[in-house]
Amino acid sequence: MTDAIKKVIELRAPIDRVWRAISDSTEFSQWFQADFESPFVAGSRSYATMNSQSCGRVRWFIEVVAVEAPNRLVFRWQPSADDPTLDYSSEPMTTVEFTLRPTDTGTEVTIVESGFDALVDPARRAAAFAGNTKGWAFQADNLVRYFDEN
Amino acid sequence: MKTEATTAQFIDVFAALADANRQALLLKLDASQSRSITELAGDLPLTRQGVTKHLRALERAGLARSARSGRETRFLAEPGALREAAGYLERISGQWDQALERLRQHVEDQ
Repeated sequence: MTDAIKKVIELRAPIDRVWRAISDSTEFSQWFQADFESPFVAGSRSYATMNSQSCGRVRWFIEVVAVEAPNRLVFRWQPSADDPTLDYSSEPMTTVEFTLRPTDTGTEVTIVESGFDALVDPARRAAAFAGNTKGWAFQADNLVRYFDEN
Repeated sequence: MKTEATTAQFIDVFAALADANRQALLLKLDASQSRSITELAGDLPLTRQGVTKHLRALERAGLARSARSGRETRFLAEPGALREAAGYLERISGQWDQALERLRQHVEDQ
């Protein structure tokens, strides 16, 4: 499986501290800006309500796939399900995987969100087009380059 | 009210892009000048029927549009759908950047 969106960040905190911040649903709620109603348990759903002002107060859930201390948390969810007026029940789910790795100065956190479709490569290519304002010709150029490289 | 785009809206775009022949056809389309099926078929290993089928798939995904010219159907590129799909992924990517910055503050400020 190819990743769709990948983020790597290094934090100046020990791995146990970072693990607590992502695996404890109460702590996760604090930084993620969502109020989770139950702990993260593999194989179960945890419902949450966004608590930042910019988001509608829609209730949504994650399906927890794996909680493996001290370095791996995996869940599935429906990305951008943040408009209370829309029905997201038929939306496809993506998979979010947190991986923690200790470093000399702290902890490296990698987040991969995958499954925007089975068609992740085109999704990545589309992402590479983002910000492009030069129009169609430029996008076509990118596509050609993609074919040449693959 | 403008509602936030959702994944389902872009499934068709991602699906349409997942095929090499459709990618090749997409490259041959122009946003302002329509092309005939014969022109677009070019050296692709496809029957005329196959080319038409793929062009219709691109059209359904919003990546192309067709225009009648007499008895002939011609096709144009519709770049907006691709840009919107890209923008959608960019937004999700940006949300992760913000969430990770809050995670940093959460674990480093204690």
